[in-house]
Amino acid sequence: MMNASPKEKTFNMLFILPALLLFLVFNLYPLLRTIQLSFFQWNGIDKDMLFVGFAQYKHIIFNNPAYWKSMLNAGYVTLLCLTLQNGLALLLAILVNRQIRGENIYRVIFFLPPVLSGIVVGLIWKFMYDGNFGILNSWLAAIGFEQFKDFAWLSEIKTALSSVAVVHMWKGFGYGFIILLAGLQTIPNELYEAAEVDGADTWQQFRHITVPSMIPVFTMVTILTVLGAMQIFDLIYSMTQGGPAGHTDVPITKIYQYMNNGEFGYSTAMAVIFGMVLLIASICQLYASKKFNK
Amino acid sequence: MNSFKVKKKILDVITHVILIAVAITCVFPVFWMLSSSLKTNEEIFKSISLFPEAWQWSNYTEALLKAKFGMYFLNSLIYTVVGVSAIVLVTSMAAYAFARLEFWGKTVLFYLLISTLLIPIPGAFVPLYLLLKSLHLLDTRTGLLLCYISGGIAFGLFLLKAFFEELPREIEEAALIDGCSRFGIYWRIALPLAKPAVATLVIIQCLNIWNEFLLALVVLQDPSKMPIQRGLMVFQGTHMTDYPLLMAGLTIATVPIVIIYLLMQKHIVKGIAAGAVKG
Repeated sequence: MMNASPKEKTFNMLFILPALLLFLVFNLYPLLRTIQLSFFQWNGIDKDMLFVGFAQYKHIIFNNPAYWKSMLNAGYVTLLCLTLQNGLALLLAILVNRQIRGENIYRVIFFLPPVLSGIVVGLIWKFMYDGNFGILNSWLAAIGFEQFKDFAWLSEIKTALSSVAVVHMWKGFGYGFIILLAGLQTIPNELYEAAEVDGADTWQQFRHITVPSMIPVFTMVTILTVLGAMQIFDLIYSMTQGGPAGHTDVPITKIYQYMNNGEFGYSTAMAVIFGMVLLIASICQLYASKKFNK
Repeated sequence: MNSFKVKKKILDVITHVILIAVAITCVFPVFWMLSSSLKTNEEIFKSISLFPEAWQWSNYTEALLKAKFGMYFLNSLIYTVVGVSAIVLVTSMAAYAFARLEFWGKTVLFYLLISTLLIPIPGAFVPLYLLLKSLHLLDTRTGLLLCYISGGIAFGLFLLKAFFEELPREIEEAALIDGCSRFGIYWRIALPLAKPAVATLVIIQCLNIWNEFLLALVVLQDPSKMPIQRGLMVFQGTHMTDYPLLMAGLTIATVPIVIIYLLMQKHIVKGIAAGAVKG
């Protein structure tokens, strides 16, 4: 197998040719095209595209508060996920890791929501949230919260975004749970046994054994959570379509809206800015985890 | 020692109470979808009983035929079967080459091909729309499939290359001496041996393609080509208040994925672990 001849080296490329072609045409070209289009004003139909330099970037950054509002909305969902969702996922992983009975059943059930599609989940919850006949309000009324009768969770400015965030967390915590549990199970039991002998209590064991060994796993879960929550779309589209009045708009719905209005250049500039934000966020998290690891 | 045992018992009970509460929260919305899909519309509006008064199985025939969920379901089936098969074929061939063969620019090409795992490209649907338009593939099955297939390359390559590298080389070397071609070795020996990794890839990509919505939204206009996720939104847009039929549609969209999940859940967990390593 060593030292293939130049002829073989060329022939062997046939194996990767289909993957390479698909990659070049459907992954790399769109990326480059996005960057190129972001400097042009173009409606997608005209032959001529108008070169405008950074004008669209400037406009988005300084004159498009609705775009930043959408970024903040996604950021709000992300923040809730990072704290509540991941906190719950970690708690559950620790509980299941206590060598209890039925471990596998819990695992299968907790990972059910992540397997379902965003559209299916969004439409089920929209039905449950319904103001007039949704089961949520009926239950709230039954336990004494009469004021929620006819309360439309998804069309009220105050509750719409949080209501969607709850569904996103419901759908997502099982994912973090699976990864965290797998991480916990790689920590050798001997470490805990030795600590026990030395007289360390449960909290000290958690603080000095569990947390340090889990930092790479935490970083991974955090990055995946941020990327997932920031790029939320299917749930928004199926539950609120960005309403009421843009209060649940997120970057992807914004990019989609502008594209639908035929503003291809402008929407790609939005996509580039959003991509940069995500990239910077990921790099910061990797950097923070390295620092913390020392 | 005895008080220690009592303490552990109490902790175990609390643990199970929390876990069972969360488990019920996970399952209830799915149960509610099933139950509502078998009610009449009047019942939906006037009561919240957990089970239907009389089970309306006819909702399902109506959903499949009149609401066209049967057609959408078949479309989804086509996209998933063709898309996943193509992903397995294309990525396993490339992964085998990256693991075993020598060719020009091997290292650079590998990192290039899996780069999309590391760099998020949000809004790629905008240039993809334009690309398909210029290729005259907009609103076609082929166009959507090409997007799906290329979307699965990075993960498949990453997963399968690692697996091929761990396979013992001896059988392949023996086959080579016996005059088997490179492609023959890949197809008859390496690929069958890679079954566990291929299973993981298949299940993860099944979930991805079956549940995909955004690209289907951007690429397709013609309802007769739409996958079920889009069909659900079309139905919901035109029959706002026909909840039993909508819930039947949701169930139809969910059943295959849940069956696959329950049968192959071990492989999914492996895939998540493998995919998560990428971070």
